[in-house]
Amino acid sequence: MNGGRFSWFNATSLTLGFAFLYLPMLILVIYSFNESRLVTVWAGFSTKWYGELLQNDAFLDAAWVTLKVGFWSSTLATVLGTMAAYVVVRSGRFTGRSLFSGMVYAPLVMPEVITGLALLLFFIAIGLDRGVLTIVLAHTTFAMCYVSVVVSSRLVTFDRSLEEAALDLGSTPFDAFRSVTLPIIAPAVISGWLLAFTLSLDDLVIASFTSGPSSTTLPIKIFSSVRLGVSPEINALSTIMIGIVTVGVITASIVSRRRLVRQRDDEQRALHQE
Amino acid sequence: MDLRRTFLIFVPFAWLLLLFLIPFGIVLKISLSDIALSIPPYTPQLDLSAGWSGIVEYFQALDLENYVFLTQDNLYFLAYMSSVQIAFISMVITLIVGYPIAYGMAKAPDHWRPTLMMLVILPFWTSFLIRVYAWMGILSQEGFLNQFLLWIGIIDTPLTILNTNWAVYIGIVYTYLPFMILPIYAALEKMDGSLMEAAEDLGCSQTSAFWLVTFPLSRPGVIAGCFLVFIPALGEVVIPSLLGGSQTLMIGKVLWEEFFSNRDWPVASAVAVILLLILVIPIVLFQRNEQKQREAGR
Repeated sequence: MNGGRFSWFNATSLTLGFAFLYLPMLILVIYSFNESRLVTVWAGFSTKWYGELLQNDAFLDAAWVTLKVGFWSSTLATVLGTMAAYVVVRSGRFTGRSLFSGMVYAPLVMPEVITGLALLLFFIAIGLDRGVLTIVLAHTTFAMCYVSVVVSSRLVTFDRSLEEAALDLGSTPFDAFRSVTLPIIAPAVISGWLLAFTLSLDDLVIASFTSGPSSTTLPIKIFSSVRLGVSPEINALSTIMIGIVTVGVITASIVSRRRLVRQRDDEQRALHQE
Repeated sequence: MDLRRTFLIFVPFAWLLLLFLIPFGIVLKISLSDIALSIPPYTPQLDLSAGWSGIVEYFQALDLENYVFLTQDNLYFLAYMSSVQIAFISMVITLIVGYPIAYGMAKAPDHWRPTLMMLVILPFWTSFLIRVYAWMGILSQEGFLNQFLLWIGIIDTPLTILNTNWAVYIGIVYTYLPFMILPIYAALEKMDGSLMEAAEDLGCSQTSAFWLVTFPLSRPGVIAGCFLVFIPALGEVVIPSLLGGSQTLMIGKVLWEEFFSNRDWPVASAVAVILLLILVIPIVLFQRNEQKQREAGR
C-alpha cells in the first residue's frame, strides 16, 4: 500500500505489537542467567544453569533423538512432498486425484491430537513397536504436506517452456529435471526442508503419541518438566534454542536479500547491454 | 501408460493412504468398539475365517455406545462448547491486536518491510512450546507481570492469571498472532493507497475512509487470518495444559487425558471423531473462501 502517511498511530501499534511478540522471550533469556533457582527473583548474573543443563544426560539424549528424528523425517518429507507437489501441479487427471489432493491438504488443518491418536492406533494395529522409527514416520506424514504446499507454490509460477526446451534439445526427462527444474525450485525445496525440520523439532503432541519409552524427544522432556512450574534449566535450554533460531533466520534472510539484489543487478546490467 | 508418472503418483499416494487415511479408518472403527480389557484387542474382531457371517457379525457388534456415553456425560458437551468459545474469543482478540500491526507494516516505508516481515516470522520458527512456557513465568502470582503492576501501583494484591482462561486467551493470542498478521498484511499491501487519498479528497474523514475503503478491501485477509487462528485453537492441547487451570475445559486436553490418564481408547476415539466433525464446518468454509480468492485473483 503506497500513499498515506506513516502516522504516530502506526508507529505506536508496531512498537507495542513487536514488544508483545518479543518481550516474553527476552524476559526468558534474561532470567536464564539468573543465579537464583527462584525464577522470579533476580539474584545476580550466573551461567550455572547452562552448566547443569550440559551435565543432564536425559536432556542431551532427548536432544540427540530429536535431531535424528528431525533430520530423517524432514529429508523423507522433502522427497515425498516434492513428489506430491509435482503430482498436484503437473500430473493432470488420474483416478483418485481429488482424494489425493484432499489428503495432501488435510493434515495441514488437522488437530495434532487427532493425527497423533490415529497414527498410534495404526502402529499398534500393525504391531510396530513405538520408537524413533514411528516418530519419523509420523513426522514425515504431516511435514510432507507442508513441503508440498511450499514447493507447489513455486511450481505454479514456473515457466514450463524451459523444461520443454531442454527436452527438445535432447535431454532425458530426468536430466531436464536435474539441470533445469531442480535449480529453479531449489530455494522452495530448501525452505520446505527447513520448515519440515522445524516442525519436527517443535512437535510435542504427535511425538507423545508415537514415541516409545526409549525415544523421548526434547519437547516431551521439556513438557514433562515444565508442567509443574518454571525451571531455570529449561530457561537455559530455551535460550539456546531461541539463539540458534535467531541466528538461522537472520542469516537466511540476509542471504536471500543479497540474492535478490544480485538478481536485480544482473537484470539491470542485461538491460543496459542491449 | 508412462511408468515414471505412475511411480511419481504412486509413492506419495500410497504413503498418504497408509499413514493418513487408514489410521483414520482405525480411529472410526475403535470409536465404535468396546474395550475388551482396557487394552487391545477391542471387541469385535474381524474373523475372516467364518466367511460372510463373520463379517456380518463384525458389523453388528459395532455400535454407537461410546457416542451415547459422550452425550450422557455432561463433561464432553461442556468441553466442546468451551473449546469453541475459547477459540472464538481468542480469535477476536487476535484480530484486534493483529490488525493494527499489519496495518502499520503496510504503511511503513518500503525499505523497512523486509525487516518487519522477518520480525513477524521469526517467532513462528521458534519453538511453540517455549513461547507458551515463557508466559508461565510472566503470569504467575509472583511473576513478572504482577511485579510490574504492583510496582507501578495499579494493583495492591497480585492478580491470579495463570491457570485461568485468561492465561489461555493470552497464550493463544500470543502464539497465533503471526497467522493473523501475515494474511492481513498481504491483503493491505496489495491495496492501492491512492484509493484512500481519493476517499479523503472526496471529503471522507480518515476514520470513515478506513471503515469504508481500507477495511472492506482487507476482508479476505481478515477472514483467512481468523480461520488460521480459530481452527488450530479449537484442538489446542499444550496451551490449556500449561497455562489453563483445572476448570479450563478444552476438548483437545480432554482427549489427551482420556487417552494418557484414563487409557480409555474407544472414548478417546469417539471424542476425536466428533472434534473432526465440528472442525469440518470451518475448514470447508475456509477452503471455499480461499478458492474464491484464487478465482478472483485470476
